[in-house]
Amino acid sequence: MYSEKLMERFRNPKFVGKIKYPDGVGEEGNMRCGDIMKLYIKVKDNKIMDAKFETFGCAAAIATSDALCELAIGKTLGEALKIKKEDIIKLLGGDVPKIKYHCSVLGVETLHKAIEDYKKKHKSF
Amino acid sequence: MKTYLDNAATTKVDSEVVKAMKPYFEEKYGNASSLHSFGSEAKKALEESRKKIADKINADPSEIIFVSSGTEADNLAITGIAKLKGKGHIITSKIEHPAVLETCKELEKNGFDVTYLNVDKDGFVKDFEKSIKSNTILVSIMHANNEIGTVQDIEKIGKICRSKNIIFHSDCVQSFTKEKIDVKKMSIDLASFSSHKIHGPKGIAALYIKEGIKLKKLMFGGHHEKSIRPGTENIPGIVGFAKAVQIANENDVERIKQMRDKLINGLLKIPDTRLNGDKEKRLCNNISISFRYVEGESMLLYLDEKGIAVSTGSACSSQSLEPSHVLISIGLPHEIAHGTIRYSLSKYTTEKEIEYTIKTTKEVIERLRRISPIKRR
Ligand SMILES: Cc1ncc(COP(=O)(O)O)c(C=O)c1O
Ligand code: FES
Repeated sequence: MYSEKLMERFRNPKFVGKIKYPDGVGEEGNMRCGDIMKLYIKVKDNKIMDAKFETFGCAAAIATSDALCELAIGKTLGEALKIKKEDIIKLLGGDVPKIKYHCSVLGVETLHKAIEDYKKKHKSF
Repeated sequence: MKTYLDNAATTKVDSEVVKAMKPYFEEKYGNASSLHSFGSEAKKALEESRKKIADKINADPSEIIFVSSGTEADNLAITGIAKLKGKGHIITSKIEHPAVLETCKELEKNGFDVTYLNVDKDGFVKDFEKSIKSNTILVSIMHANNEIGTVQDIEKIGKICRSKNIIFHSDCVQSFTKEKIDVKKMSIDLASFSSHKIHGPKGIAALYIKEGIKLKKLMFGGHHEKSIRPGTENIPGIVGFAKAVQIANENDVERIKQMRDKLINGLLKIPDTRLNGDKEKRLCNNISISFRYVEGESMLLYLDEKGIAVSTGSACSSQSLEPSHVLISIGLPHEIAHGTIRYSLSKYTTEKEIEYTIKTTKEVIERLRRISPIKRR
C-alpha cells in the first residue's frame, strides 16, 4: 500500500521527540480518524532552526510528520507557511494513497499552528 | 521470525488437504452431474464430503448445500428466507460480520424491518427476547465473533426461536471445528461455514438448511445442490473442505487455547492494555488487545517488519476511516479502539512464536509510545 520511501521514513523517523524550550508548539487533531500530531519548533531570526514531532496516528501520519520537519527546518516562517501537502507527498515518494491525503493535511495544519503559537508569544517586538 | 497470527482472516491449507484435493484436478476431474464414470467418480466424492461435514454438526447430508464462500452462505440464508416471506421483521446484532450486516441493510431498503441488537461490554447480545415481534420472521446471530472472539449462547437463542416458530440462522464461520456445533441440540435452522478459516481451500463453503426449511434461491441455472445453488460443483474444493473438517480435532483446540492464554498473559503485562471480549467464552484462537496511546495501523506495520502478521480495528486502516463497528459496539472509546490489535492463532502456531510475539510487541509498543504525544499521566 505504501511506497518504500514512505515506509523508510515511518520505520526510521529522524525528527521524533520534544524540543526542551520550544519557541512554538502546535497541536492538531485529525477530524477524520481521530489522530493527533504535535509539533515543536525552534525559531531564530525569523527562521526555523529545529523542528521535532510527536504523532499518534498511522504510518502515513508518522512519515508525514517526519517529512514536514525536514521541509520546515532552514525555512523562514514565510516560506514554511507556504509548504503544501503536495510538497510533503513529493518528499514521501509521490504516491501516498488518496485515502491518506488527510494525514498530510494534518501535518500542514499543525505546522501553521506552531508558527501561529510562535507569533503570539513573540509579537512584542 | 515469520509468525502468522492472522488465522481469523484466513489459514494455511493443511498439506493433507492439498494431497486429498490433488487427484480431483488432474485425474478425477469429471462433472458430478455427468452420467459416465468420470461423473460418478466426482459425484461419489461430492456425497462423501457432504456426509463428513454433516456428521460434524449432527446434520443429515441432505441438509448441506455447498456454496462459494461464507459470505454467500450468509446472503443465501438471510435473503433466501426474506424473499420467500416477502415482508416482516428480522433480528440480528450490531457485531455481525459485514456479510450479515450489509445483507440486512439491503433488505431494510426493500421494506424489511430490522433490529440490530446491542451487545454488552463483553460482546454478548442484549434484550433478545424483548426484541421479538409478532411478525419476526428470522433471527441471525453469529456463534463466535471474528474480532473479539466472544462465543454467544446460541443454544439459548435457538431454543427461544424454536418455541416461537421463528427461523434461526447462525454464522458459524469462526466457530466451526473450534466450538462444538450440534444443530439439533442448538435448535439451528440455518448455519454458515467456510473452508478457508479451517485450513481448507478458499472459494468453498457450506450452508446448513434444516430439513423442511424453505428458502428462495438467489441464482438461477441447473439442478445442482437441490436446485438451491446452481453451478457445477467445485469438487476439489469440496473434497479439501471435507478433509479439513475431518482433520480438525479437540487436541489441537486445547493446545491452541493454552498458547492463546500464554500470549494473553504476556501481552497484558505491558502497561495500559486491555483484553477485549469475554475471558471464558472465547474462541480458542482469538486475542483482541487494546494498547493505549498507540495507533493500530502503525503497530501492525511495525510488527510486520519483524515478521509478525496481525490485524487491527483502527480507523486509520479501514477504508471508511471509522473504527471497527464491533469495538465501538462493546463500548470502547475511539482512541482505545484505535490501538486495538487482533492476534489469531492456529494449530501451526508454536511456543517459540508466542514468546517472540510477546517480546516483539513489547518493543514495538515502547517505540510507538515514544513517538506518541499522548502518554500516561
Ligand atoms: C464471522 C464471519 N462471517 C463470514 C465471513 C465471510 O466468509 P468468507 O470469507 O468465506 O466469505 C467471515 C470471514 O471473513 C467471518 O469471520
Ligand atoms: S492518521 Fe489516521 S489515517 Fe492517517
